[in-house]
Amino acid sequence: MEATTLSLIQLGIVFFGLGFLGRLAGRIGMSPVPLYLLGGLAFGQGGLVNLGGIDDFAHIASEIGVILLLLMLGLEYTAKELVTGLRQSWLAGLVDLVLNMLPGIAVALILGWGPVGALVMAGITYSSSSGIIAKVLADLGRLGNRETPVILSILVIEDLAMAAYLPILTAVLAGVSFLGGLTALGISLAVITVVLVGALRYGHMVSNLLDSPDRESFLLKLLGAALLVAGLASALQVSAAVGAFLLGIAISGGTAENATRVLEPLRDLFAAMFFVLFGLNTDPRTIPPVLGVALLLALVTALTKVATGWWAAQRQGIAVPGRARAGAALIARGEFSIVIAGLAVASGAVPGELAALATTYVLIMAVSGPVAARYVEPLVRLVQGKKPEPAI
Amino acid sequence: MNIEETPLPGIGVRRELRLATGRRVGVVTHRDGATELILSRIDDPDACAASIPLSAEEAAALGSLLGSAQLIAQLTAEQENVSGISTHQIMIRKGSAFAGRTLGETQMRTVTGTSIVALLRDGDVIGSPRPDAVLHVGDLVVIVGTDEGLAAAAQILQSRL
Repeated sequence: MEATTLSLIQLGIVFFGLGFLGRLAGRIGMSPVPLYLLGGLAFGQGGLVNLGGIDDFAHIASEIGVILLLLMLGLEYTAKELVTGLRQSWLAGLVDLVLNMLPGIAVALILGWGPVGALVMAGITYSSSSGIIAKVLADLGRLGNRETPVILSILVIEDLAMAAYLPILTAVLAGVSFLGGLTALGISLAVITVVLVGALRYGHMVSNLLDSPDRESFLLKLLGAALLVAGLASALQVSAAVGAFLLGIAISGGTAENATRVLEPLRDLFAAMFFVLFGLNTDPRTIPPVLGVALLLALVTALTKVATGWWAAQRQGIAVPGRARAGAALIARGEFSIVIAGLAVASGAVPGELAALATTYVLIMAVSGPVAARYVEPLVRLVQGKKPEPAI
Repeated sequence: MNIEETPLPGIGVRRELRLATGRRVGVVTHRDGATELILSRIDDPDACAASIPLSAEEAAALGSLLGSAQLIAQLTAEQENVSGISTHQIMIRKGSAFAGRTLGETQMRTVTGTSIVALLRDGDVIGSPRPDAVLHVGDLVVIVGTDEGLAAAAQILQSRL
């Protein structure tokens, strides 16, 4: 069989299978990310079937997937929301960062993965999944709850922290010295400040440049700009993902909303490819040895997120059930933990077990996070010994 | 009345009132324009007992009803002594043949014998509207008449294009 023919058939099988997995995830009300990872594991090296014909395509597609994930993360919050969030909730953000990076750092050092592994694991345990959390809050009808703005403001800060973290990670993975890492941080902080100020003052200009009443040309301009900015950022050693993220922040108002709508299906397609490829490159046989560590790490980092949410909600004068809800809602980790692990694994600067640990960890957290968010309420009531009163 | 406004980054804005009873009632407006009516729980004021998604049309109609509750009660009370006459409110839905046209064009009184006594729009009451008043989507039309007349009036206002 010709190579192209084989690729088409294999790609078709992959997307078709992912479609069913996505539908299954929707049925049981969970994020499709863990199922995509499982799908990748099943087809990868050491898995059930071997798909060797799509490597080239999968590689570039998953790069684009990461760029689109970060671009849409940037589109999610306006520059104004980011600045306001930073001003009002920096302390909660700091508590979140310290409490949730420490367990990752500890695990990496205990397993002997060194400072680079520690930096990677810190990011993996730190970043909550804003996608999963926003959906859970809407699904559970909690947008009117008083703890919801507290949760969202922590996510906003994590978002900003990502913009500082990713360039450092990229620099360190590339093997530059500590000083080089600091320079990368300095450059990226300066760029972020410029982009934030620029987006506040001149965001409409970027938007006007990209905006187009015609859907087709709008999509092409957006995608072109995203890949161009990501590529240039990558050439400057800042990390392609951060470039896309900053572009997302710079696009504002109605243009941002339209961009989200237009890009969503593309993001879903390419991001699915990214998660599958990550699963494909992880050998399922490496998972059982790290399962114990992953479970322990999951338990500890679930508790640290609960503590973060609890503390932040308490500061806003929210009662015990609301504090518990805020804490449990933050547990879910997902796409960004895998993005970080993906960058690390691709650079070859970390041991292969890290990919296995990251996969297992995200599988646990992406599934248990929404479950915890849902059942924390009856649990608190049980602990407090209160019978549910009529709500209305 | 103090309306508290809370931004929900990435989602939209929440606007709410604290009622005399201590409960919160309000509206979450999503970025894409979708609206949700929210009401806090009695046993846990931080949480919501209900969050009800409303279409733009439904939200406008609910606003009009709330804004004009007194007028409707008064009209109903006045007609209690007149047998065979009642009040009815009919909403101008999207796609109605009369959305964007004047009251006069409906020929309501000529055809059905009923009277349009008020229009409720965005919480405001437009009393005794003149024939040149324009009907908008989401308006509640308050009509007084006999049961048959009201049924005919409803048919006219709800007829589609």
